[in-house]
Amino acid sequence: MATNNRADRPVLKVEGLCVSYGKVEALTDASITVGEGQIVTVIGPNGAGKTTMLSAIMGLLPSRGRIEFDSVAMVAPEVETMVASGMNLVPEKRELFGEMSVEDNLVLGAFQRYRMGLRDHAQTMEEIFTLFPRLRERRTQMAGTLSGGERQMLAVGRALMAKPKLLMLDEPSLGLAPLITREIFRIVTQLRSRGVSILLVEQNARAALQVADYAYVLETGGVAMEGPASELAGDRRVIDAYLGVGGKHQEMLAT
Amino acid sequence: MDFQIALILGQDGITNGAIYALLALALVLVFAVTRVIFIPQGEFVAYGALTLAMIGNNVFPATAWLLLGAGVAVAALDGLGALRAGQARKLPRVLAVNVGYPLAVIALLRLLPLAELGLAVQILLAMLVVVPLGPMMYRIVYQPIAEATVLVLLIVSVASHVAMVGLGLLFFGAEGYRTPPLSDARFDLGSLSISGQTIWVVAASIVLIVALALFFGRTIYGKALRATAINRNGARLMGIPPALAGKLTFLLAALIGVLSGVLISPITTIYYDSGFLIGLKGFVAAIIGGLASYPLAAFGAVLVGLLESFSSFWASAYKEVLVFTLIIPVLVWRSLTSHHVEEEE
Repeated sequence: MATNNRADRPVLKVEGLCVSYGKVEALTDASITVGEGQIVTVIGPNGAGKTTMLSAIMGLLPSRGRIEFDSVAMVAPEVETMVASGMNLVPEKRELFGEMSVEDNLVLGAFQRYRMGLRDHAQTMEEIFTLFPRLRERRTQMAGTLSGGERQMLAVGRALMAKPKLLMLDEPSLGLAPLITREIFRIVTQLRSRGVSILLVEQNARAALQVADYAYVLETGGVAMEGPASELAGDRRVIDAYLGVGGKHQEMLAT
Repeated sequence: MDFQIALILGQDGITNGAIYALLALALVLVFAVTRVIFIPQGEFVAYGALTLAMIGNNVFPATAWLLLGAGVAVAALDGLGALRAGQARKLPRVLAVNVGYPLAVIALLRLLPLAELGLAVQILLAMLVVVPLGPMMYRIVYQPIAEATVLVLLIVSVASHVAMVGLGLLFFGAEGYRTPPLSDARFDLGSLSISGQTIWVVAASIVLIVALALFFGRTIYGKALRATAINRNGARLMGIPPALAGKLTFLLAALIGVLSGVLISPITTIYYDSGFLIGLKGFVAAIIGGLASYPLAAFGAVLVGLLESFSSFWASAYKEVLVFTLIIPVLVWRSLTSHHVEEEE
């Protein structure tokens, strides 16, 4: 199935992606496209294969299918090569270095760039601190002692230290208070204006559709629907299955 | 036992303890980063000491052939991997590092008048031969099974240890060697006489520990190793390859092993199989630190050294037994105080 997201310059183009855990196929023939400077969201229920899809694109899981990143076909992608070519994943579990300071966590975000001889991490860190002033206050604190929202900020900040072309966020609102979620989504939109393309996986469909340009609905391992986010937000089936009634307060929080 | 004997025993204990501390730190480091319980750590002590002894006796150290063999094996593994990934341009570098370097070292050992060199140069040569065996060993033995369970890695460590001891017998023979002390000076403090070697050992250990602390605290590669130890997945997502972390860790472990060998061989005669017992004492110290805490491991090492020297005075037949019995109360204490944490999948 080809995707209909007609982005001018696609950063990421995935075609016919299949992932299986043993004999169980978790993702079947999924195709998505993320255009340059776009926010693309993938929504869907638990177990639809959203996290699996991100892990496969990142090279954490073996997969079949075609992954084209920045116009280069990635054959059997390795995590390090993906990071080196400008892709970064903020996983659902954040995977911070809990017993290290906020500053060290950020520095390590630039490890791949440092290894390639690009030693500008001090300057990048200043930009991150401007984006998340809270992290500057906490710079010497251990990452494990941060609050949930701060941890998410640190995870995003750490990923941004690599100056990615494409940032993949897995459930950034998971376990966060609504106000913090709103803050995170505000920053996501801010990132787009800086030219970072974003692939956003979310269960909080309402908030995700608010900020995204294009959306895919993933159900039982396959793309069930797709379209511009504003259209999907008005689609009867999406409203019934993912937005529901009484979600009005979330809509207000997401603005 | 009078005060003077106690002082001498204490001095012995602290000297040995300083070396066990280095080995314990290496064991904790290797386990934290790669989950390998590095039993062959002691073999690097013996290889380092005996390679130095060979060089001192003007004999070509056979460990250089092992370096070449391991290098060829690594070149074959990495070369085939690069070809399969369609990256043939990496081949010259792979060959230069893994085959060119050992050949250069062999040429150096053949050309230089080994026995006439100063002790410092001889030590440097021994390090050039033995230290690279660490990362090569990681590449050949552990990297292909890096995701295996701790138990599998432990069994592979036992196998590597047995193989290295056997090779040690082949390379160095059954005879034991002592290398000349780093310093012949003696200092008299009242009734206590401190040898220059003791000062060397303690000072070198402290310098090495401080250097390691700076490496882990200040440099990005040191932080990357710590990050890998704390959160393997997180480190991978930052583009820190587990294989790089593994090789770097084994390089440090081999370096520490060889330096310990150089420090200990003027004090005790080293045989091809002496490394095991020395490494095992470092392991007891590492266990006291729960294979996780560096300061506790270092403290444990001094404790092991002191226990060893005092028990050799009171009950010399049981000295090893007493040291290893220390593990039992430590394990009981640890299992009572620490909570069981499920291993992350």
